[in-house]
Amino acid sequence: MMDFINYYFIPGLTLGSIYALGAVGISMIFGILRFAHFAHGDLMTVGAYAALTAVWTLGIPALAAIPIGIVFTCAVALFTDRFFYKPLRDLPTIYTVIASFGVALILRSLIQLVWGTESQVYETGFQKPIILFDVLRIATRHIQIIAATFVIAILLHLFLTYTRTGKSMRAVADDPALASIAGLDPEKIVRWTWIIGASLAAIAGIFVGLDTDVHTNLGWNMLLPMFAAALLGGIGRPLGAIAGGLIIGMAEEICTFPVFGEELISPSYKSAVAFVMMVGLLLFRPQGLFKGRVL
Amino acid sequence: MELAGLFFYLITFLTMAGIYAVLCLALNMQWGFGGLFNAGIAGFYAIGAYAAAIVTSAGSKSHVGGFDLPIIVGLVVAGIIAGLVGWAVARLCVRLKSDYLAIATIGIAEIIRLFIVNEEWLTNGSLGISHIPRPMEDWFVGKPAEIAFALFVWSLVLLTWFVAHRLYISPWGRVLRAIRDNEEAAESIGKDVQSFRTQTFVIGAIFMAVAGALSAHYFKYFSPDATEPILVTFLVWVMLIAGGSGNNKGAILGALVVWGIWSMTEILTSMLPDGMTTRSSYIRMLLIGLFLQFVLQRYRSGLLPERAPKLRI
Repeated sequence: MMDFINYYFIPGLTLGSIYALGAVGISMIFGILRFAHFAHGDLMTVGAYAALTAVWTLGIPALAAIPIGIVFTCAVALFTDRFFYKPLRDLPTIYTVIASFGVALILRSLIQLVWGTESQVYETGFQKPIILFDVLRIATRHIQIIAATFVIAILLHLFLTYTRTGKSMRAVADDPALASIAGLDPEKIVRWTWIIGASLAAIAGIFVGLDTDVHTNLGWNMLLPMFAAALLGGIGRPLGAIAGGLIIGMAEEICTFPVFGEELISPSYKSAVAFVMMVGLLLFRPQGLFKGRVL
Repeated sequence: MELAGLFFYLITFLTMAGIYAVLCLALNMQWGFGGLFNAGIAGFYAIGAYAAAIVTSAGSKSHVGGFDLPIIVGLVVAGIIAGLVGWAVARLCVRLKSDYLAIATIGIAEIIRLFIVNEEWLTNGSLGISHIPRPMEDWFVGKPAEIAFALFVWSLVLLTWFVAHRLYISPWGRVLRAIRDNEEAAESIGKDVQSFRTQTFVIGAIFMAVAGALSAHYFKYFSPDATEPILVTFLVWVMLIAGGSGNNKGAILGALVVWGIWSMTEILTSMLPDGMTTRSSYIRMLLIGLFLQFVLQRYRSGLLPERAPKLRI
């Protein structure tokens, strides 16, 4: 039982937290700008590498480099929106989807050009896990990631419920026509969508680097589970996306748990779990678990 | 460069461009005719390549296969398997809206890739399959063999184009375009939207597999690395949009032009100073990404835009 918690539940929760942070942006962009943003994973990679540079040049720990990663990633996101997505905004959204494919490629090749393709780590050396009650082993980085995601979820909830910008964002996600009649400034809302989405993506990217290592396919590899998480939570429901991320992350880890000595699913097929859940969901409950939009 | 060298460079170029032209025509059937966003081209391409490789190569100890059957059997088997997979995928996914379909097809390509890497008994895992035969190998050797293979590829391009063209001008193609442009209207006059979409998805998947089989025969070796989504899926999308989606000639022209640009960037980046050459492939990716943005913003309908055939009354 303790093995289950130590080696499956906690890592699942950690992975789920990372998916959750990425899925919030995907869900909000899908809900407000109405397109599937395929470059979101690569925004995560941008954040992870920006923080890596800060760690190298300033000699600060990775957690302290998070603000630098956020600022850089937001700038990249706003830049790509201005030059690659905005010119296509009045066309069918599928053109923007195709453009976001291209942006994913552009971002990744720029990262490969600037930072090279070697895997990097923020800090070397083995971290001793904290042992609680003699049986619960939990790595410090896992505690940090899970706790930070929890705090971010609360802040996001407060932002969306109580601030004017947050409320207008929800209004646009629910009914864009009504929101524009009510006189909400669409460009401002779009800008905030990118800022929040890119910030959380940067944090997620840095957490991946903290948990494993920083490499150029880091974000792209997580795109599919993050989409699954966003759909699970319901499009345009940021808190739903967090729940979806946690569910998908846990499902991926727990599926490989050996029951009666047999693994449920071979670990090499772990990433198929998110996909199967996603297709099942799209077919039987396209609005997600928390009543999102069906676009 | 000597004239002969240039000529054989052209042959190599045409062979690769021909393989891409088949992929591009196949994508045109799915996206250009049917409006189905398939972002998992690499998956069907891989199915075709592996099916053909396993069926036609001589025996090997490390994996199943080595049936040593004729090339044409390999092509047919590749088409059948990809068609069946495409049918299963289409049954599940074509009713999804375009963005969702894109996500779902990326997932399918990913699962196919996982299967290929992990099921070593069948595919030899990441080591790949080698000693794949080429058609007409017994008759031609050396340089003439290159020419013969290029002709073989282009005869299949012609076949694919013929099928695509006949489908496009047929009543079937007309219904498909009607569905693409206005689903509700097509449904209201009693057309079975799901069935038409499934059909075009399956036909496209079959031709993607044919292209995969061709490249397996061309390289004579195939490993999971060759199914890199950027090199297959992304490049084919750029080709179709640049050439003109919905136009079959445009699809072929797009494949030729974009593969030309792609090859040219190789020449350009090889002239970079020594320190940069290791990174030249990323510069190429960057350029092709920017090229797509340019096309999307300025020449959305492509070099040869779609022209609906005249109605004969």
